[in-house]
Amino acid sequence: MPVFTPPPLPSSDNRWKIVNGTMRKNGFARHALIETLHTVQSAFGYLDDDSIRFVAQSLRVPLSQAYGVVTFYHYFSLKPPGKHTATVCEGTACYIKGADKLVDAAEKRLGISRGQTTGDGQISLMTARCVGACSRAPVVLCDGEVVGEMTSEQMLEQLERWAVE
Amino acid sequence: MTIEELEQVAKSVSQENDKYDFEVNVCMDLACMSQGADRLREALEKASAASGKNVLVRRTGCMGPCSSGPLVRVDPEETLYHHVNAGHADAIVSSLGGAPVPELQCDLNEHFDKQVRVVLENAGYIDPEKIDDYIVRDGYKALLTTLTEMTPNGVIHRITESGLRGRGGGGYPTGLKWGTVAKASGDLKYVVCNGDEGDPGAFMDRSVMEGDPHRVIEGMAIAAYAVGASKGFIYVRAEYPVAVSRLTTAIREARRRGLLGNGICNTAFNFDVEIRLGAGAFVCGEETALLASIEGKRGTPRPRPPYPAVSGLWGKPTLINNVETFANIAPIVRNGGKWFANMGSERSKGTKVFALTGKITNTGLVEVPMGIKLREIIEVIGGGVPGGHQFKAVQTGGPSGGCIPAEMLDLGVSYDALMAVGSIMGSGGMIVMDDTSCMVNVARFFVEFCMTESCGKCIPCRAGTAQMYTLLSRICSHAGTMEDLDLLVSLCETIKETSLCGLGQTAPNPVLSTLKYFKNEYIEHIVNKRCPAGVCNMDAPAPVAVAKEVLA
Repeated sequence: MPVFTPPPLPSSDNRWKIVNGTMRKNGFARHALIETLHTVQSAFGYLDDDSIRFVAQSLRVPLSQAYGVVTFYHYFSLKPPGKHTATVCEGTACYIKGADKLVDAAEKRLGISRGQTTGDGQISLMTARCVGACSRAPVVLCDGEVVGEMTSEQMLEQLERWAVE
Repeated sequence: MTIEELEQVAKSVSQENDKYDFEVNVCMDLACMSQGADRLREALEKASAASGKNVLVRRTGCMGPCSSGPLVRVDPEETLYHHVNAGHADAIVSSLGGAPVPELQCDLNEHFDKQVRVVLENAGYIDPEKIDDYIVRDGYKALLTTLTEMTPNGVIHRITESGLRGRGGGGYPTGLKWGTVAKASGDLKYVVCNGDEGDPGAFMDRSVMEGDPHRVIEGMAIAAYAVGASKGFIYVRAEYPVAVSRLTTAIREARRRGLLGNGICNTAFNFDVEIRLGAGAFVCGEETALLASIEGKRGTPRPRPPYPAVSGLWGKPTLINNVETFANIAPIVRNGGKWFANMGSERSKGTKVFALTGKITNTGLVEVPMGIKLREIIEVIGGGVPGGHQFKAVQTGGPSGGCIPAEMLDLGVSYDALMAVGSIMGSGGMIVMDDTSCMVNVARFFVEFCMTESCGKCIPCRAGTAQMYTLLSRICSHAGTMEDLDLLVSLCETIKETSLCGLGQTAPNPVLSTLKYFKNEYIEHIVNKRCPAGVCNMDAPAPVAVAKEVLA
């Protein structure tokens, strides 16, 4: 039986070594697909065609399956994130406390819809299903940091700061 | 590690702790952290060092009443302080040994008196990243006693005797499930912990994994011994990075102490645990979808039988339990099945942790004995609805559950009672709504959730939830008719009867329960084109139907 040799790293970018490390730790097993995609996304911020192809080939997973997994799970993103990201939680508690108003305010201010990034690549507006900080609803993750009991005014102030930072 | 060694560790740690005159515990759970608990802890450490007093400043998991955060508890006096910030550090430290700081004292006696802490017994008392803190509070004692003194059958018998039912929401008897996996033939078996807390509005499992991670690992190890498994997986949502890091630390520490790995406690028992990350798919809380996800595939459910107990992960017999179920195991083994069965109601034993949120004064985590009246949870423990508003409904069970109206607040909380009124126990989210919430809009919110979270495998769920969403959107604008309402009801029945998995089968619950108790609000929308709560935009243009590819 021919011995399988994983494909070479796509470039000399050191982040690929981190990705390869995850796969090696899991013995290049097929079931490490999701783990590896997580590593790619945390290293590069998103998943592009090259990275999906590299992971699929390394783990001997059909490309269709790898792409299927990427598009199935909401956590994976095929687009590069903006410099800053506001993630509005849309869990039940946040909905009851008016998270939709926060999204509306941000959409209006930024001129984009949820899930999009401003043209200058400065701010992404995302929504999340529930970040588990329900007791502080409504919650927004500002660059990953939990901000509780957010008001539309605070949201807009944050966006103003980010627009120039 | 042997029992003697474990006791030795407990003894030396408690001697170490006794060197301190005071313990200042700072809640570092997500809610308190978001209000500056980390700066507070630094300030307390600095103030303690400067004071020359013998103070141990400890970070802990969730203490409960998040709305009063950041919280600090001073031991041995057990004084609880609320809304503390870094500026209060000096006042707290200088009060040690004297009278407490009056303006910071938290008076929530009623809130705590009604609670019984089993799952949360260590929450607020231990540093989640220190295995020694867990050991000193009887941690891993149950596992080592099990391995040295009990047979696998004896463990299963004790769990069965306790009457524990699955805390993920389904309520399947835990002992029965363990027995089935134990009887299944196979050289390799798995134990899986479902930490994919996908219910929006619920965070009990996050708090347990973050605040007391060893409790989950110990429960899994005991389960593995009982069913004959040697490998475990904890499936955690990627949205919970702190839980992932705390569990990673806990697993490493447990391995180092020989509480995971080969030949645990000098017996022939081998068990190790790995973490698997979810990736934001609600359906992965369904057990067969969860297993597919661990195998690195799309999280689509498959028909049962065969149940995972017979053919689960990679076709091997697999035991799947929820985080809170595993968290109940060690206390049951330590204190006996009868002790647990003495708590709770007729067919729902023990306690249940709820995440109390929404329009309620004391938001946070509460643990109550089963059978307690909803009214007590909401009015006494929760402190009622704030701002002079009127209580309207409480939602349990997330997108699979229902809304319970004010007339039914005297209902005792149990699996069967909640089911009987058209809701479910669920994993423990409890969201309180007041007169500013529109129940039709709430139903639409949940249906939208199920529509986007449907995996797309079976038509009733994929197309049905989309059609339900369109109908509800029509009612929430001016376009709804009474025919739409009839169609909605008949669609609910079809989806319930014909969907493949729990997600689809329960997706109509929020609609059916709001229709049952709040039909007048639907009628008001349709006939008078008015939203009584003022939430829906009744001038909005009639919504267009969902894209064809969803319905194909």
